[in-house]
Amino acid sequence: MIANTTEARAEYRNVWVVAEVLAGEVQQVTYELLGSARDLADARGSEVWCVVLGSGVSSQAEALFHRGADVALVVDDPGFVSFVDEDQAAVLERLVRCHKPEIVLCGATTRGRALIPRVAVAANCGLTADCTGLSIDPENGDLLQTRPAFGGNILATIRCSDHRPQMATVRPRVMNELEADTARSGRVISETLQPAERNGHKQILKVFRDSDNSVNLADARFIIAGGRGLKGPDGFKMLKDLAEQVHGAVGASRAAVDSGWVPYYHQVGQTGQTVQSTVYVACGISGQIQHLVGMQSCDFVIAIDKNPDTPMMQLADVAVVGDLFEIIPALIKEISAT
Amino acid sequence: MRIVVCVKQVPGTHDASIDPETKRIIREGIKVVINPFDTYAIEAAVQIKEQIGGEVIALSMGPSRAVTVLREGITVGADRGILLSDRAFGGSDTWATSYALARAIQKIGDVDLVICGKQAIDGDTAQVGPGIAAHLHWPQATYVMEVGEIDGASVTTKRMHEDGWDLCSLRLPAVLTVVKDINQPRVPTLKGRLAAEEQQIPIWKAEDIGADPELIGLHGSPTRVVKTNPPAGRGKKSVVLDGTVQQNVRALVHEMRQRSLI
Ligand SMILES: Cc1cc2nc3c(=O)[nH]c(=O)nc-3n(C[C@H](O)[C@H](O)[C@H](O)COP(=O)(O)OP(=O)(O)OC[C@H]3O[C@@H](n4cnc5c(N)ncnc54)[C@H](O)[C@@H]3O)c2cc1C
Ligand SMILES: Nc1ncnc2c1ncn2[C@@H]1O[C@H](COP(=O)(O)O)[C@@H](O)[C@H]1O
Repeated sequence: MIANTTEARAEYRNVWVVAEVLAGEVQQVTYELLGSARDLADARGSEVWCVVLGSGVSSQAEALFHRGADVALVVDDPGFVSFVDEDQAAVLERLVRCHKPEIVLCGATTRGRALIPRVAVAANCGLTADCTGLSIDPENGDLLQTRPAFGGNILATIRCSDHRPQMATVRPRVMNELEADTARSGRVISETLQPAERNGHKQILKVFRDSDNSVNLADARFIIAGGRGLKGPDGFKMLKDLAEQVHGAVGASRAAVDSGWVPYYHQVGQTGQTVQSTVYVACGISGQIQHLVGMQSCDFVIAIDKNPDTPMMQLADVAVVGDLFEIIPALIKEISAT
Repeated sequence: MRIVVCVKQVPGTHDASIDPETKRIIREGIKVVINPFDTYAIEAAVQIKEQIGGEVIALSMGPSRAVTVLREGITVGADRGILLSDRAFGGSDTWATSYALARAIQKIGDVDLVICGKQAIDGDTAQVGPGIAAHLHWPQATYVMEVGEIDGASVTTKRMHEDGWDLCSLRLPAVLTVVKDINQPRVPTLKGRLAAEEQQIPIWKAEDIGADPELIGLHGSPTRVVKTNPPAGRGKKSVVLDGTVQQNVRALVHEMRQRSLI
């Protein structure tokens, strides 16, 4: 909504986090966003509200309070058992118009990135994608949103002065969650999905959840990625063993995906996913620019390659020179031994 | 079936750089390419046309040189192209871009399906597709990795998520955004090239699509880029481990432990 005067802006209060809910469970990224929201709300002297859209989710409120929420705004609807973005966007738009939050944060996940743009358009407010930094401008209280663009080649700071709420999606694994404080509590506000908000134009026919944790690149702290140097699908089995040991996910270069060694949802890079894990281990990936733009924001990069001169080996924090077919098994052994 | 594919012209990855003075993306005098994800969007549309018949229209908003991406689309099977180009569109963020594209889609009329790329590689936002759907009040499926059954009334898609996928059926008209996995774009033919050369590409201005001047360009954009910086460098030089396998692995594990990574 347009809010181009101080008075109009003053009507909008509190920092909202739209929870990421899968199969009735609140996901990790939500706790990270609550940590960030807490800082922002404290700076603004306001509250943190966590909006939970899901089925059978009422029991989750307690955990949200422990992690920094003051209010849990819950819409528990059996229709939300699967992801119907249209209906979720419709109810969110109404809640936003009715409660007037100042800031709305959502995870930059496939679901968050599908859902929030609909709300931002409908509520006529700005939306900054994939933020990695959020702060409050001490001068006027605006939200300053920092995000990588151009595959991480530039960092842009974005402001949205004349519209409220200020909306942003935030990358998983970037913000710090608060430690659970069981002494904290809060209020629950329950809302219901109105019949008019049920769009009915989308039907979810089937949901497949990969029980294999090695596929979730967005949430992973560790990513073990492989490229053409792995020579074939068997090489990826070895990577998976390593990934299991460090509770990580498996990534891949386009060359490995196009060769059919590993499915597309493992692909990192310009035409795959952008990841921001704590550790990225690149095995037999030369590091062409299209791959680097998907992973160069990872905190700590380890490269294993027999050629010490590749772009990946230059970028890496630790470059291990050698044959990955010898190094990776030895690494698995060394980690499990100690 | 009338399908609109939204195609964006973007700077090539190798040329991405920022002006040290103005801190803005340098867009002048650099190589521009079709947004890679949009090539999959075009192919998806052309495959649907081949399957059930209809028309594919490539739509772009950008400066006049963006006609080249529309011609590229025609080369690989789009029937025609339309360029939205007007100074008044300059400075559009994703809100204003999706508004302008949605108005153009309404003007085209009788559109059953809009297909976008997952995201554009310059802004990396992935917001324009859902934004168009919201402006039009149409259902959407994002990160589509497979298009299944389709007829005049509905389409079934397989959507990719971090943790798996789902199958959903959308009533048409609808908006899809697609990932690379969906298909293998075809190689242009000589016939296609000739068809593209010959075509006149109409250019629509803001008033042609009946756009509210308050809702386009810088005016219609709630967000403002206030600063751009190069990212903080990765800092210190790499540690290079080039001893024996055993030495390297020991040193690596030690390094990870010291940093509490494992
Ligand atoms: C429009 C476009 C989009 C693209 N999008 C992406 C993208 O999203 N993601 C992506 O990854 N790429 C993308 N690419 C492709 C990219 O340009 C590279 O071709 C690709 O990343 C190369 O993959 P690679 O590093 O695995 O293979 P290579 O470049 O062949 O590197 C293999 C490496 O393995 C090493 N090696 C071989 N054997 C061993 C061994 N036994 N032990 C140790 N090391 C070994 C070699 O020294 C080499 O460094 C894109 C390209 C284009 C044009
Ligand atoms: N200026 C534009 N002209 C045509 N299509 C666009 C434009 N901007 C974005 N799109 C479409 O929207 C998708 C997502 O772009 P973005 O939201 O900018 O990441 C792209 O893959 C295109 O299909």
